[in-house]
Amino acid sequence: MTDGALLTGTAGWLFVVFAALALGSAISVVVARNPVHSALFLLFSFLLVACIFILQQAEFVGAVQILVYAGGIMVLFLFVVMLVNPRTVQEVKAFQHQWDVALLLMPVFLIPFAYILWTEKLPAVAGNPDAFRMVRGRLAGNTEAVAWSLFRDYLLPFEVASVFLLVAMIGAVVLGKRSLERMD
Amino acid sequence: MTITINHYLIVSLLLFAVGFFGVLVRRNFLTVLMSIELMLNAVNLNFIAFSRRLSDLTGQVFSVFVITIAAGEAAIGLALTISLFRQRKTLNVEEADTMRG
Repeated sequence: MTDGALLTGTAGWLFVVFAALALGSAISVVVARNPVHSALFLLFSFLLVACIFILQQAEFVGAVQILVYAGGIMVLFLFVVMLVNPRTVQEVKAFQHQWDVALLLMPVFLIPFAYILWTEKLPAVAGNPDAFRMVRGRLAGNTEAVAWSLFRDYLLPFEVASVFLLVAMIGAVVLGKRSLERMD
Repeated sequence: MTITINHYLIVSLLLFAVGFFGVLVRRNFLTVLMSIELMLNAVNLNFIAFSRRLSDLTGQVFSVFVITIAAGEAAIGLALTISLFRQRKTLNVEEADTMRG
């Protein structure tokens, strides 16, 4: 592997295809008038980003991306779209009145980052192709390596995340209740 | 085609910019939430790219955490959407202006 190259050959071209399609569907999410179309383009974009993860030897994160985003969050979005009648949601004006100003300001947002990318040269790092499969000196799978890191080095953040999900669940149930007075 | 970290950063930056634009200009609350998900996804792309470049697993672990937070955020946001729709019969973010100063 040459210095600093993350992907070469066919994998590089695959990355270009995936990235272009993901960007195209992301733009479609923002532009589409119908929320159902937006949700389906978002699903497509998530799947393509999962493909990019798998190209980067992050197989576990790619699978989680498909399961959680494409499986869970997407179903939640479509469920809400069907709960609120899409006919009442679809409006004549999809954009706020300042959209043209926002579009003009986007280059101003992008130029500093483009400048940094153009000038800054990141230091070369010796790559280790087996880094995502090594568990205590032996060759295992990516899932096992992530599990070792998650349950040994990041056990406390992991538990805090579970508490966060519990709080989010309680909050969603309370907010989604029809009326707080009629609860008791 | 040789892909370096810069290509990843460019793709991630553009995805983030598209999501940011959506948050700024869309009137439909559901589409605003979807744009936030796009931005979180762009951040994950950066985590994975740097994790690969530095041969460090920590980036992958943190993108799992980001996905967790995104799931919680989507659940709360969609509950708010339903609550807003019940009270105002609209999903337009411009009409939810009770606290306008």
